[in-house]
Amino acid sequence: MKRSSITFWVGAAVFLIAALAMTQIVHNQYPFFAGYIILQFIALAVAWSILGGYAGYVNFGTSAFYGVGVYGSVFLVKAFGAPLPLQILAGAAIGALMGLALGLLTLRMQGIFFSIATIALTIVIETTITNWRYVGGAAGIQIQRPEVTAPFDSYVQMLFFVQALLVVLAVAISRYIQHSWIGRGLQALRDDELAAECTGVPTLRLKLLACVISGALMCAVGAPAAMYLQYADPGSAFNLNYSVTTLAMSLIGGTAHWAGPIIGAILLGTTQQVLTVTISSEVNLLVLGLMLVLFVVGAPEGIVGLIYKLRGNRKEGEI
Amino acid sequence: MTLSETQTPLLRICALTKRFGGFTALHSVSVDIRPGERFGLIGPNGSGKTTLINCISGAFRTEPGTILFRDEDITPLQPHLRTRRGIARSFQIPRPFRSMTVAENLMVALDFAAHEHVSVTQRRDTMMSILEQMGLGSKANASATQLSQVELRKMELARAMATHPKLLISDEAMAGLSSSEVDEVLDLLLSLASRDITIIMIEHIMQAVIRFSERIMCLDAGRIIAIGTPSEVMADKRVQEAYLGT
Repeated sequence: MKRSSITFWVGAAVFLIAALAMTQIVHNQYPFFAGYIILQFIALAVAWSILGGYAGYVNFGTSAFYGVGVYGSVFLVKAFGAPLPLQILAGAAIGALMGLALGLLTLRMQGIFFSIATIALTIVIETTITNWRYVGGAAGIQIQRPEVTAPFDSYVQMLFFVQALLVVLAVAISRYIQHSWIGRGLQALRDDELAAECTGVPTLRLKLLACVISGALMCAVGAPAAMYLQYADPGSAFNLNYSVTTLAMSLIGGTAHWAGPIIGAILLGTTQQVLTVTISSEVNLLVLGLMLVLFVVGAPEGIVGLIYKLRGNRKEGEI
Repeated sequence: MTLSETQTPLLRICALTKRFGGFTALHSVSVDIRPGERFGLIGPNGSGKTTLINCISGAFRTEPGTILFRDEDITPLQPHLRTRRGIARSFQIPRPFRSMTVAENLMVALDFAAHEHVSVTQRRDTMMSILEQMGLGSKANASATQLSQVELRKMELARAMATHPKLLISDEAMAGLSSSEVDEVLDLLLSLASRDITIIMIEHIMQAVIRFSERIMCLDAGRIIAIGTPSEVMADKRVQEAYLGT
C-alpha cells in the first residue's frame, strides 16, 4: 500500500473513531442534528463530483436522487418495516439503476442540455411521488423510528455515525476513481470527448459508470433522511436546494481533487448551520449565492485550485 | 486504384459516401491502403480530406459505404474500438487534454488502448521512451497548455503512438510550422514509417508530401481525381487545375 493510501485510511479511521467517541461523550443532541446535515452534504458533494467534477457533466438532479433515497426508505419502512441498513442498501441499488437509466437517456447530450435534462428528471419524479398516495402524496408522511440499538443513546446519534460511515465510503470511492484509470478516462473526456474516444477511451461507458456510482451514493445518502426527520414530503425531499447547494459546495471546494468537495461542504455546510442558528435559515441562500459569485470570479478552480496555484504546483501528479 | 490480388490491404474503403444534410462531402470514395505504406492525401480546402479521416477514425458515421481494417468491417464500430484495433490519428487543430501533463496525456492512451495488460511501471517506461523518440522527454511533466505549437503537434503524434497503432493518420501535423519545424516533424513521421507503421498524411506543404509519400491521392469536391506515385499525381492535369493552381 502506498504511503498516501496509508495516511488516508488512518485519517478515515481516526475520523470514524472521533465520530463514535462523540456519540458516547456529548449528551447535547443539537451537535448531532447539525453534524448529520453537514456530513450528509459532504457525502452528497463527493458523490456529485464523480460525475460533475471528474467527467464535467453538471448534474442538477441531486435532489432527484436524494429524494428517491428518502422515499425508497419511506416505502420500505411502510411496506416491510425494513431496518436502516436495508434502507441504505436498497437506496444504493435504486440509485444505481436510476443513474443507469438517466445515463442511457441523457449522456449523449452534452453541456447545458444534459443539465436541463437532469432538472426535468427531478420534476418528473417529484410529480410522480406527489401523486402516489401510498407514500403520503403531497401531504407527506410521518414515520416512526424503531428502538435505538447500543451503543447509541439516541437514534440521531446513530444516524450521525451511519452518515459518517457513508462519508468515508463516498470519499474512498471518489479517491480510488481519481487515482485509477477510470479517473484518467473521465478527466480526458471532460477535456475533449472526441480526442478521448480517438485515444481509446470508451467515453459513453465511463460516463455511465460515473453516473451509476454517483447516483447510487446520492440515493444511499438520502435513505437515512426519512428516519432523521421522522417525516417526508415531496416538496422537501426533492427540494432543488439540494442540487444547488451540492453543486456550490463542489465548485467552491474544487473538483480537481477528491478533497475539494469535502472542503467546500465543510466550509459551506458549517457556515449555513451557524447562520441558521444565529440569523435565519433564509440568509443561507444569500450566503450561498454570494460565496458562489466570489469563487467564480476569484477562484474558478475552487479552494483546491487556489492551493495548487499558491503552491505553484498544478496537481499532485500521481501517474 | 486497387492492389494486386496477392497483397491484402491494411485498410480498404469501399464506396464511402458522407452527407451533411443536402451536402455530399464524399462521393463514393474507394481506396486501398497497403500495409507499411506512406500515403499522402491532398486536395483543396473543403475537398473532404478531414471528412474522410473522420470517417476512418469513426468520428463520423458513414452511409452508405464500408471500411475494412485488416479484413474486419469496422464501419459500425465506435472510435475507441477502432483505436484499440490499431487506428490512431492526430487532429488538424491540436486537441490535447488540457488539464493534464504531457505524460498524463500519453498515459490515457496507454491505459485504454494498450493491447495487453502491462504493469504501471512498464507503461511509464513505454511512455517515457515514446516521449524521448518524439523529442519531448524534457517536457514530460509540463502542462499540455504550456507547449509551443510544434511541441503540441509532436505530443499529438506521441499520444497517437502510445495507442500502438498499425495505421497512423496525421492530419496537417505541419500546418503553421516553420520550415525547420516541418523538417523535424517530417523526419519523425519517416522514422515512424520505418517501424512498420502505415501512415496516411494529410498536408498542404507539397514538398513535405512529395518527400514523404509513396503514393498520393488527390480529392476534389469529395471525389478522387488522381491517385498514384507523387510524380504521376503532380503531372495530372486535373490535380494541377484543382489544387496546384497552375
